[in-house]
Amino acid sequence: MSGFRTLLYKEVLRFWKVGFQTVAAPVLTALLYLLIFSHVLEAHVRVYENVSYTAFLVPGLVMMSVLQNAFANSSSSLIQSKVTGNIIFVLLPPLSYYEFFAAYVLASIGRGVVVGAGVLLTTLWLTGAHFAAPLWILIFLLLGGAIMGTLGLIAGIWAEKFDQLAAFQNFLILPLTFLSGVFYSIHSLPVFWQQVSHFNPVFYMIDGFRYGFFGVSDISPWISLAVVGGCFLLLTILTLKMLSSGYKLRS
Amino acid sequence: MSQTPAIRVHQVTKRFGSVQALAGIDLEIAPGEFFGLLGPNGAGKTTLISALAGLTRPDSGSLEVMGHDVRGDYRAARRALGVVPQELVFDPFFTVRETLAFQSGYFGIRDNGAWVDEIIHHLDLSDKADTNMRRLSGGMKRRVLVAQALVHRPPVIVLDEPTAGVDVELRQGLWQFIRRLNRDGHTIVLTTHYLEEAESLCGRIAMMKEGRIVALDTTANLLSRIEGHSLRLRLPANAPLPVPLESRVTAAGDGWFSLNLERGEEVEGILASLRIAGINILDIELGKPDLEQVFMRVMGKIAASDFRGKLQ
Repeated sequence: MSGFRTLLYKEVLRFWKVGFQTVAAPVLTALLYLLIFSHVLEAHVRVYENVSYTAFLVPGLVMMSVLQNAFANSSSSLIQSKVTGNIIFVLLPPLSYYEFFAAYVLASIGRGVVVGAGVLLTTLWLTGAHFAAPLWILIFLLLGGAIMGTLGLIAGIWAEKFDQLAAFQNFLILPLTFLSGVFYSIHSLPVFWQQVSHFNPVFYMIDGFRYGFFGVSDISPWISLAVVGGCFLLLTILTLKMLSSGYKLRS
Repeated sequence: MSQTPAIRVHQVTKRFGSVQALAGIDLEIAPGEFFGLLGPNGAGKTTLISALAGLTRPDSGSLEVMGHDVRGDYRAARRALGVVPQELVFDPFFTVRETLAFQSGYFGIRDNGAWVDEIIHHLDLSDKADTNMRRLSGGMKRRVLVAQALVHRPPVIVLDEPTAGVDVELRQGLWQFIRRLNRDGHTIVLTTHYLEEAESLCGRIAMMKEGRIVALDTTANLLSRIEGHSLRLRLPANAPLPVPLESRVTAAGDGWFSLNLERGEEVEGILASLRIAGINILDIELGKPDLEQVFMRVMGKIAASDFRGKLQ
């Protein structure tokens, strides 16, 4: 297991060493979203009884930061290693593809959690603390990070240049997170778009995560857990198949 | 009982699209050998090394390192192999020492500090140990690559063009170190474009062309394939060469004439005929056959009688 631990430690150290870019910057971005949206919409939007719009927004922003940073961590690490060629340093040692997968995904979760915690801590003074069901918070935090870390791994393996990775990020990850109910409840959408939202797995991550804060959500957290857990399982199987076949890593 | 080969390659093929990179390679390298893998660009050397290291999966055939199949028993095979890649790759996030500590960890080795320090010392990296990889010169990055290949003390070390772009001083230091490793029992496999390096270092050599091994023998036997010597003479301008010698000239220019000799003792006769013709010899060089000539002959680039190696 030492090889796995080393790779995990290396991946964590990699983002930690450039913490301004990988942690502080996304926290600031989320804070700006909160300040602007809450300033503009606080008086106009109320999604749940007894929950201010600003308080409603916080879990969404935390989760969005977790997801985007978990994806960025594994995908950017892999593409950089591939483009610069230093990927061979982890391909030459006797690491199994399970270890490879687990190290990259756990490091991604780690960055997602650190950024998410940063966003939460810097926004608490605005909204106060609401933790109705902390276990749900933890479950969706970890599963959300894991799914995006895994997607980042897939994108990093698939992409051959930064341009392709940027396309994956901007045309898939960003729309999925923005159109998932971070800034609104899907009940405020027209029926058609409500239906469309149900096909977006990120919606379930954010809705379930938000349930942990307020004890209310658009749909049952159990359904969200089933969808999110199922997605993680499918993506894990796909990624392990890619790794075991050597797809784009061991030509 | 016969000894387990350090490397065993059996009927390995690999195709990339329309290119047959490896076309049925069979090769055995004994433990402790200093083995050279030569061939022009695109011959398949790096593909073969990549297959050995598990970086490329062959279409058919099998490869073993110290008796361990590189796919079926990949953990043991990879522990037995240290690879110095051709490309000058590095991780820009870390220092030399961090890089080596991570590489040790990947191989499951903890507390490798003493050995890492020893490698750093021998590769003359001590004063750069805590420097970020980005700040190192090309030669130093190359030395770190060698160090990375050695952190897990592999019995078999493969060096893919390790001295490409490296200055003479560093090259000498590197070879001293690699020779020492070989004396200590490590099997060394080397690819290089510097044929004189291969000639002086390798006990046995395989020459590859278009995915096949086209020559495989001890260096001495390969050199003995080239018979004769080459003689270069610098003569006064416009000196008429004796007729019997004219036919033996293979190249001429700037007052230098190059001739082929089948036997070394023919030199005396040539010098005598020049003396008789009253021609003063201004300078003289006698060249032995070298690996470059063998290489060129094997690769089919020159005719058997054309010994250009020493003459250009």
